This record gives sequence, C-alpha cells and structure tokens, in this order.
Amino acid sequence: MRREIRFRLNGEAVSAQVAPHESLVEVLRDSFGLSGARESCGQGLCGCCTVLVDGTAVSGCLYLATLAENAEVSTIEGGVGLDAVQEAFIEASAFQCGFCTPGFVLMTRQLLDEHPDPDDNTIKHYLSGNLCRCAAYPEIIEAVKLAAQKRRKR
Amino acid sequence: MKRATHPAETAQVGRSVPRLESWLKVTGRAEYVHNLRLPGMLYGKIFRSTVAHGRIKRIDVAAAQALAGVYKVITSREIRDVVPDPYYGPAFHDQPILATDKVRYVGEPVAVVLASDPHVAEEAVHLIEAEYEELPAVYDEVEAMTSKAIVHDALKPAGTFPDLKHLKGRKNTNIALDFRLRRGDLPAALKRADHVFEHRFRTQQVMHTPLEPLVSVAESTESSLTIHTASQSPSFVRIEIARLLGWPENRVRVRVPFLGGGFGAKLYIKLEALVAVLSLITRRPVKIALSMEEQFFTITKHASTFRIKSAVTRDGRIVARDCEVWWNGGAYADIGPRVTQKSGFTAPGPYDIENVSIDSYALYTNLPPAGALRGFGIPQLVWAYESHTDLIARELGLDPIEFRRRNLLREGRPQATGTPMKDAALEKVLARLEALMDWKTPLERGAGSIRRGRGIAIGFKACIANTTSLAAVNVNADGSCTVYTSCVDMGQGSDTAMAQIAAEVLQIPAESVTVVHSDTDVTPFDMATLGSRSLFHSGNAVKLAAQDALNKLNQLKEELKLSADTAIADVFRKKYGMRAGSVTGTGNFIPPYTPPDENGQTANATPFWMVGASGVEIEVDTETGRVRVTRLVNVADVGTPINPKIVETQLSGAAIMQLGFTLFEKMLFDADGQLRNASLAEYKIPGFLDLPKSITNEAVTSEQTNGPFGGKGVGETATFSVSPAIANAIHDAIGVRLTELPMNPETVWKKLHAA
Repeated sequence: MRREIRFRLNGEAVSAQVAPHESLVEVLRDSFGLSGARESCGQGLCGCCTVLVDGTAVSGCLYLATLAENAEVSTIEGGVGLDAVQEAFIEASAFQCGFCTPGFVLMTRQLLDEHPDPDDNTIKHYLSGNLCRCAAYPEIIEAVKLAAQKRRKR
Repeated sequence: MKRATHPAETAQVGRSVPRLESWLKVTGRAEYVHNLRLPGMLYGKIFRSTVAHGRIKRIDVAAAQALAGVYKVITSREIRDVVPDPYYGPAFHDQPILATDKVRYVGEPVAVVLASDPHVAEEAVHLIEAEYEELPAVYDEVEAMTSKAIVHDALKPAGTFPDLKHLKGRKNTNIALDFRLRRGDLPAALKRADHVFEHRFRTQQVMHTPLEPLVSVAESTESSLTIHTASQSPSFVRIEIARLLGWPENRVRVRVPFLGGGFGAKLYIKLEALVAVLSLITRRPVKIALSMEEQFFTITKHASTFRIKSAVTRDGRIVARDCEVWWNGGAYADIGPRVTQKSGFTAPGPYDIENVSIDSYALYTNLPPAGALRGFGIPQLVWAYESHTDLIARELGLDPIEFRRRNLLREGRPQATGTPMKDAALEKVLARLEALMDWKTPLERGAGSIRRGRGIAIGFKACIANTTSLAAVNVNADGSCTVYTSCVDMGQGSDTAMAQIAAEVLQIPAESVTVVHSDTDVTPFDMATLGSRSLFHSGNAVKLAAQDALNKLNQLKEELKLSADTAIADVFRKKYGMRAGSVTGTGNFIPPYTPPDENGQTANATPFWMVGASGVEIEVDTETGRVRVTRLVNVADVGTPINPKIVETQLSGAAIMQLGFTLFEKMLFDADGQLRNASLAEYKIPGFLDLPKSITNEAVTSEQTNGPFGGKGVGETATFSVSPAIANAIHDAIGVRLTELPMNPETVWKKLHAA
C-alpha cells in the first residue's frame, strides 16, 4: 500500500513512505517530526495546518501527501532565525495560545509577496481563511503592516 | 530573542514584556500535547451514543475487534475491572469514564477502540453496534425543574463542598443545586414600589472551540502513571485520578505543556481518566485526541433562562430585585453547581439594591455537559440584567448611563451577599465608557434600510473563592531564577506575568526568568487556571515565593558577612567555595473567605471583584436583519496591569469571542437531542470579517490592594457586557428588543417584522 515519494522539504531533498490516504500534515509529523502544521478543524477551514506547496498555501490536513511528490514543500520550521513576519508577530503581540500562529505566519508571507503594502481590507480578506479563537485579529493586522514595513527596509 | 543577563534597571511590573515563549510560538516549536507521540503508543477512538437517554441493552464489538490492526475494544465492563466505581467530577461524582448501564446524551462515550494506527481505530469504531432501550429525555432547563424525565437516578455530590451535602442521594429530581439568597424584604418592597418591571431572557448553548482540541496521553508501569494532558487543572487531575484508582497522589504524575487555547474547556477530568485506565489495561502509552466535532460532545457553555423583576422608585432608584436563574447543565454536572452559586450571587448586577431575592438552579438535561466558559456564568447573567436595566431606563425616560450611575454600588457598600465592595472601580469604568463613547454627542441615525444605534452595559464578577495556589522560586548559583508553578499558560500569558512578578521582587530582568511548566512531580499545587484567578492567586504565591528566596539570600549574605549589594553569584561562591548550591523560596497563598449562610449572606464572598463595561455603535440592515458592530469600546478594572500589552490583548480577544456568542454561535439540536452543526463548517466562530471597524480597550487606573503589585485577573472581563450592549443598541436602532441569544439576522429580522 505504501509507496515512496520524493520531494523537497524546506530546501532539502527528502523521501517518505506514504499511504494513499495520508495527509501532508500526518507525513510531516510522523516521518519528519515537524508539528508546526497541525490539524484542528479537519475540514480546511481554520488554517492551522497551512503548508506551502510549490509556494502556494494549502490545507495540509486535506492535502494528500502523495500529491506532494516532486514538489517544494515549505513549513514554519524552514529557515534559520526569524524573518520579518515572525519578528512583527512578536513585536505586535499577534498571538496568544500560538496554535494557529504558524498558519498565520505562512499566509502572511504569501500575502506580502502578492501585496507588499496591504491595507486593512486586503489583510482581512486575504487572511479570512485562518481562524484564531483567542481572537488576536487586531494585533495580527498590526503585525502584517509592521512586517510589510520591515520587508521594505530590508 | 535576546535574553538579558544584566540586573534590571527598570521596573519589571507594568512593562509590556514580550511573551517569554514568543520564539517557540512563531517558529511552530511550542510544545503541545497535540504533538506528543510516544514509542509503542496506541490511539484511542471513541464510539458514542446515538440516543439522548437510554438503557444500554447490548454493545456488539465483535466486528470491530476482528478488524485487522485493532489492538482492543474497551467498554465500561473492562473499565470497571480497574476502577470499580468509575464516576468522576469536580462537584458531583456523576460522570462515568465510559457509559455504564445508561447513556444520557447524544455523543456520550460508550466504547473505545485502540490501535497503533488511528485510521484503523476510527474505521473499527464504525463497526461497533449498540442497542438502547430509549427513555424519555428532557432538554430545556426550565422544563427540567418539573420533568418526569429524570437524568440521574440519584444525586451524587462529591462531598468536597459543604453546600452540596444536602443533595446527597436525592431522587426524582434534575436539580443539581438550588442556590438561594435573601436580603431585605422583597415582597414588601415590590408591594410599595412606584414601578415594577419583569422580563425573561435566554442564552443559547455554545462551545469553547479551542483550536487545539482536547487531548490526553497516558503511560504507565505497574505502580506509576504519567498523564500528559492539555489541562487547565493538573493538580485536580492528579487528585481525581488518584482517588479513582485508590492510589497515593505521588504515583500519579500530570504534565501540562502549553495549551492551544482553553477558555474553560480543559478543566477537571475530560479524557484523563479514560486514557489512564486504557494505559493500565494495555500497559502501553495511549493517546486520545478529539476531533473538532467531538469537542461539541464533550463540554459546552450553559444555556440559561433568567427571569428578572425589579422595583424602581419614581426618581429611578432600584429598591428591589427578584432573580430566578435556570442553568442548563447538560447530562453531567461538571462545574455547573459552582457556576450556579458563585456567579449566581451576582445576578442582581453591580447595583446597590436593598431588597434582593435570588434563586439559581443547576439543572441536569439530556444535552452535552456544560461547564465554565470564559466568565463562569457571568456573561449569561449580565446579558439579562443589563438588558433589563436598559429597558427600565427606557421606560422611565432616563439616560441609560445616568440611570446606572444612580444605582451603582459604591466602594464599601454591601453587595447582595452583604460583602462590602472593595477595589471595584465601577463608577470610574462607567465614566470612562461614557467619555470614550462620546455619549453626550448625538449619534447619526442612518438612512434607508441601514439604521444606526448605540448601547452600553456594565457588569461585574466576584472571583471564585476559596482557592489555593502554591509556588516555588529557585535562585540558582549564577543568580538566574526559575519559577515553579502549576498555573497553565493557555495563551493568556501567565508564564510572562509570573516571570515579571518574580523579577520585580528579585530585581532582575523578567526576560531572564524561566518558568517551569506544570508537572505535578515538580511544581506545587495550584487549584486550577480558571475564572481569571491565576494572576491574583498564583501571582501572589509567586510573589511570596520570590520574597522568601530573597529573604534567604539576604540571611546568607548576613551569615557570610557580605554587603547587601554583593552579586548573587558571589554569595554562592563564598558559601560553597565554588559555583554550587541554590536557594528555594516557597509561597502559599489562600485569601480569606467566609462561606455564605442559608440566606446566601457572608462578610467575605470573594477576594476581588472584576469590572467590565462595553459600549457599541451598530448598524442594522432592516432588509436582512444583519447587525454590524461598527465600534466596540471595552473598559475594565483590572487593577494595575502587570503587562499592559497582554492585558489589552486579553480584553480585545475576550470581547471578540463574545461577539461570536452574541451574534451567531449556537449549537443547534433537533427534537431528539441530536446536534446538527458539530463542525466549523456549520458552527461559525469569529473571523477577520466579523471584526468591528473600530475597537478600543482601556484599563482604568486602579489598584487591587491585596493583588500582586496591585494586579488582578483580566481574562474574562471583556466578555461580560458585549451581548447586552449590542441588544441595547439594536433597540436604540430599530425599536425592538431581542431577549434571546444569538442575535443573528434571522432572529433580528423576525422580531422586526413581528413588531
């Protein structure tokens, strides 16, 4: 049932034995010990399981791992040191329990790639697929704007 | 993040220190039980009841057991081999680890399948068949008072609470607690009143929805048990598991890392007893991680009905208030009886009323159990009394703020329990709300189908008493400091606050302090992280512990004839001749408390009061019934903020959460007690697009004199007043009164078109 797939994970060439029904989140957790992408609602509605596949955010709890074959997969664990988005989330106090935070950070990176200077409305709509039960939403808007500034300075 | 090592030059308290765990959280490295996997671990998946009330006739697990990859299927029979009396709960020992003889709500756990592969376990769950003899069921809390459908054959109070003892063994009742308060002479006051007003309000059943669903893992040997659990109450879990097993507490270890949200969902026993027994049966680590759907069948917020009646003089003084509150506790009491009493006694609101009667009832029904949810019952009460208060002001033609101000409890005046108000900045909070809302400036009323209105409300809460917190503070040989507390950081920022408190005492930077997470083998007892109690209770314990450590260090300096300003590292070096040793300070905090008499009267009901007021400006679309909050102002008395930024995010987050409970969240049950919307696809929680255009949060200048550095709890404060403020604003905008939550487009539209 299981077969080997090869892909790049956070810039590194890797392979994993996956079953056809296994989600990307499961494989990241079980084969690579990465738990930054985490299943919460299980329906692709909350964004806690966000992973980038070939640069596009997907719901890792619904995305079959086997579809990641030969793809470039990026998770919150990629990179060393903090990027502008992560710094901004800390400075703006844009999280409480932190469970949804990796998803927000990854989506914010994608948002800023597409909209380097987003207004409130753009931010709200772009991130509306990510939920935060602690409701740090106002602080997240602040963090996104701060991250945009930081990126422009770099 | 840089960690400072130099001595603190500025105050540690009152500074917006970024959360100590910031790096962990933005890099996805924070530890949650959700992530935990142990070698040889089995996953448990739960088979649940499909009927609301019934006797179990047969459970057929043969097909499930036969599925390849299934390790074992467990029902109550196997549980009782390990725990003969498998009933748990903080107030009543009424909840079985797995349904025993009877099921009492749709979704109640009946059996568990264990397998190394969670997908196999889940598949096997669908192969289990159960047959029930259905019994009459009751769902409504008021009906439950007199219903012939009886949820529990006999009441089983836990015995830890004196005010529940009289209920022991009581039969043919669904009333799990009948709290009663009498002050003054209500009938006489009602008789001679100029005006009497009476209304009835309802709140709906909702769910906490932490994004990390409930999860527990247990591992065991023949004589020890370790439970890793997403719990707000590790100390309680240890005591209760030890009691169930008949083991000494020191053989049960409970570890709690970070929580992915709690909000009251992760209290007392949820999955802990189940995984513990499963691990003892299998001698393997066992993990049960609920799905989002399953959380709806585990713990919820009380639906409630509140009948409130007030006598008011011609000049707008409230002289009497009669309160009858029914709390829908679902099938198991959980902490409902405490909500019923400890919040129940504030039912008349923050007003100076001479004649008061309160009857507050905890009811069993055949719905998923209800417990504490960010407010411990207070938002349900404020919803009713502040809607009622607004209606009175409107009827008397008085300005709603002026009417409230006239009746507010002043410092030192007795609340309904007789306990004098202390350190409750009610007037200040109301005044700041008035100013921030520009109340004196008339509001632009809108045009066409968009009607604008505004409303305010003010509520208060007595922190639950009496509860204990212990803490320890270790000063290491290099002068660095470690705090040991069983306070759980579920996102409220307690690690950071505790570090700031210890740092303030020891005069070191808060960023240099490490906080050890709850581990009952290591961290001292703490009642639980709930009800906004921890900053005050655990904070006071940490402060005492740090002070104790400091005193010991100073004694050491004296003993060694070292000057007072000797660096800590040098003190240890002098003492031990090398870098060695440490000093441990301990703190034990339990504030004074007097239990109420049979009329609910006590000189000391609570260690501190919390005050929260909200004001909103809204737009109602009269064509669709949709309510849009355009402006939300939250003003609170939180004492002296220990960490102003975290305080602000707590106020903001709580208020936005309450917006969901106010405008759309609702668990929908059909006539057979089946929940129809147990998923985020059908049960919507607030997202970005639900945010008000403008949100203002303010903590008034205030001091909690018995709090650590003037601080007190804040986690729940901004939930109190949001719902009634919105109902009052809707009335202001379109002239109709909503008396039930949520106020979704459908209910608003119907009310408008019925008028």
